[in-house]
Amino acid sequence: MGIDVTRTPRSATVREAAPAVPTAPSARRRRPGGARWAAWAFLAPVVVYLIAFYAYPLYRNVELSLREYTVRSFVQGGAPFAGLDNYRAVLAAPTFPQALLNTLVFTVTSLVCQFAVGLLLALFFHRHFPLSRTLRALFLVPWLLPLIVSASTWSWLLNSEASVVNAGLALVGADPVNWLTSPRWSLVSVIIANIWIGIPFNLVVLYSGLQAIPRQLHEAAELDGAGGWQRFRWITWPLLRPVSAITLLLGLVYTLKVFDLIWIMTRGGPTDSSTTLATWSYRLGFGNLLPEFGSGAAVGNLLILLAVAAGGCYIGFEHRRRLS
Amino acid sequence: MTRSIPRGRTVGAALLAAALAATAVACSAESPSTEAGGTYTVWDPYPQFTEDSDWVGLLKDCGTSAGVTVERTGYDTTDLTNKALLAAQQGNSPDVLIIDNPVISTLAEAGVLTTTAETNLDVSTMEPNLLGAGQSEGKTYGVPIGANTLALYYNKDLLADAGVDVATVTDWPSLTAALVKVKAAGKKGITFSAIGTEEGSFQFLPWFWGAGAELTALDAPPAVAALTLWTDWLAAGHAPNSVINNTQTTSWQEFASGEYAFSENGTWQLANAAKLDFEYGIIPIPARAGGTAPAPTGGEFISIPVQPDTGRYATSQQLVTCLTSGDNLLTTDTTLSYIAPVAAVQEQQVAANAALKVWVDAVKAAKGRTGDDLGTRYPRISEPLWTAVQSALSGAQTPQEALSAAQRTAASATS
Repeated sequence: MGIDVTRTPRSATVREAAPAVPTAPSARRRRPGGARWAAWAFLAPVVVYLIAFYAYPLYRNVELSLREYTVRSFVQGGAPFAGLDNYRAVLAAPTFPQALLNTLVFTVTSLVCQFAVGLLLALFFHRHFPLSRTLRALFLVPWLLPLIVSASTWSWLLNSEASVVNAGLALVGADPVNWLTSPRWSLVSVIIANIWIGIPFNLVVLYSGLQAIPRQLHEAAELDGAGGWQRFRWITWPLLRPVSAITLLLGLVYTLKVFDLIWIMTRGGPTDSSTTLATWSYRLGFGNLLPEFGSGAAVGNLLILLAVAAGGCYIGFEHRRRLS
Repeated sequence: MTRSIPRGRTVGAALLAAALAATAVACSAESPSTEAGGTYTVWDPYPQFTEDSDWVGLLKDCGTSAGVTVERTGYDTTDLTNKALLAAQQGNSPDVLIIDNPVISTLAEAGVLTTTAETNLDVSTMEPNLLGAGQSEGKTYGVPIGANTLALYYNKDLLADAGVDVATVTDWPSLTAALVKVKAAGKKGITFSAIGTEEGSFQFLPWFWGAGAELTALDAPPAVAALTLWTDWLAAGHAPNSVINNTQTTSWQEFASGEYAFSENGTWQLANAAKLDFEYGIIPIPARAGGTAPAPTGGEFISIPVQPDTGRYATSQQLVTCLTSGDNLLTTDTTLSYIAPVAAVQEQQVAANAALKVWVDAVKAAKGRTGDDLGTRYPRISEPLWTAVQSALSGAQTPQEALSAAQRTAASATS
C-alpha cells in the first residue's frame, strides 16, 4: 500500500549519492563484507517484525480461506484443501451482494462527506481568527474518544425509544424514526456516525496541507484581481491535490475496514441491512457459537483485495501526476 | 565515536535478548508439570471475580485439598470459546475449563474435551434437563456447575396502578390483556432482547418452545405463532421498537427506568433488581396455553480438556468433584448466584431464600439449547432463527415468510 518513493527522481539521485559516504577508503579496506553483514544485521529486526506480524498472518489468512476448516480440523489439524470453494460459497451467499453494496455505499458516502466537511472546516480555520485554535482543538475530540465510547453514544442518541434525536424531531413535529432498528435507516445511521468520527482526520491533514501553500501565491493572485473562489479553484485546489489524494486513500482504507462502530451500533442488522464485508467477516468467524473460519477468512481477503486495488489506483494516479 | 554507538546497541540487544529469554523461562515455569503437587490451571468466564473473591478462594481451597496449587484465569465469556480453541490447537489447554453450556457441543466436536466416563466424573445426581446441554451421542462432556434461566420481572407499583392482578397472567392471551391495560394506563408493556446475536435466540426460545415449536421445524405453525406474538406486540406498541437492538443489559436498563411493566431477564439480574427504586416481582414465562414455558438453560459446565499427559486427569477430577459436590456446590452457586443443578441443593437454596423458588421452578422446566441431540447443529439453526426474528420485528418480512426463509437456511446448513 506504500507510496513508492524510490521512483521519484529526487530520491533516485539520493540513492546514487548515498554509497559515496561509506566508500571512505579506510572503512572499506578494514572490514571487507563486514558492512554488508552489519547492514543485514540492522535490517534483521525489521524483517523479522514484518514477517512475524504482517507476512505470516496474511499467509495464514490466505491458507485459512483455501481450506475447509471445521472446529475439529482447526484444533486437530488436517483440514482438507478446498481450493476456491470458500470463495465460491461466499460469493454465492445471499448476504454477499447486500454486504458489497453496503460496503460501497458506506465507504463512498463517508469519504465524500468527511472530505467535503473536513475541507470546508480546514479553509475556515486557515483564516486565523480569535479562538480558532481552541475551536480547532474541540473539533478533534471525536478522534480522541475511544470508538466504543463514541459508538455507544451514537446508539443512545439514535435509540428508538426516548432518544435525543427523536425528541428533536418531535419538537419540529416529525414522526420518530427507528434509526437503528429499521432496515431503511440502519445504514444511514452508521454512516452519519462514521462521518462524524472521520471529520477530524480530514480536517487535520487538509489544514496542514493548506499551511504548506505559500502565502505569496495568494497575494500575487489577489493583486491580479482574483476573487475568493478563483483563488481556491486555481491555487488552493491544485496545490492541495497531493494531500487530498493521500487523505482520501487513507480514509478509504480506514473506512473499508470499519467494524467496531457498526458492530456496536447495529450488529450489522436488522437482517443484514447494515452489514458490510468487515462485519460479515467477523460474524462468520466469531459471531456464532460454531465458527466458520474458512468463509470468514475468505471475506477478509476480498476486503484486502479491495483495499489493494484502491492503493493501486492511487499509485497510478501519482505516477500520472509526476509524468505530467 | 561512531563505533561506540553500535556497540552500545549490541549491549542493548543482548540485554533485550536476555530479558526475552528470562520471560520465556518464566512462561515455561508456569506450564503444568507432571510431578506430584504442581500447578493446575483453571479458566473460567467470571472476570468480575478478583483474586480475593469467595469464588477464587473456593478454587484455591479445592486445590489445597487435592494437594496442588490452582492457578486461575478469568476470561470474558465470548472470548473464552476462542481462547479455548486456540489453546487446544497449541496443545496447552487448561486442566479445568468452566464454559458456557451451548459451547460444550462445539468443543466436544473439536475433540477438545474428555468425557465424564474417561475421567470418572460422577454426574448421576445432576438434573437430566441441565445435563442435556453437555451431552452428545450418548457421551457427557462435563458437569453443570449451576444454572440460570429466564423469567418475567414485573413492576409491582406499575401493575397496581394499571389495575392488573399478576396472578391472572397465566398464558399468552392473559399476558397480552395485561399489556393492553398497562398501555391504557399510559405506561409501556414489556421489554426484551431481540438483538441479532445468540442473545436474541436465547430470549426468543421460551416463547418458541412455549408454543410447542421444535428447533428442527422453524416454519411450523407454533413457531409462526410465537413470532407473531412478538411482532404484534411491537405493532401495537406493547413492546418498544428498541428491542430489535436491545441486549439483555439494555433491556434491563429500560425496565429499571420504571416505565415498563414486564421485562424478560435472567437470574443474573437479581443483584441489580435489589437496587431498583420500585417494588418488583418475578413470574415464570407463561406458555401459549398456560403453564410454565420451557426456557433455555444458561449457566456453565465444568469440564476437563484433553491433555497430552493423561496422568493429570486424576487430580483434575478431584478439583471438579470438589467444586460440584455437596456443600461446596451450594457455596459455588450462592457465589455465582446460580440455581444448583442438583435437586437436593436446590431445596437448600430455597430454604435459605424463598425468593429463589420461582427460579428453581423455571430451571426445572428449562431445557438445553444443544439438547435433543442437536449438538453443533444448534448454532446453525440459531443464526437463521435470530435473523428471522429481526426480519419480522423490523417489518422486512411477515413472521411466516421470515421463518420459512430461516428453515430453508437452517435445513441446508445442517444437512
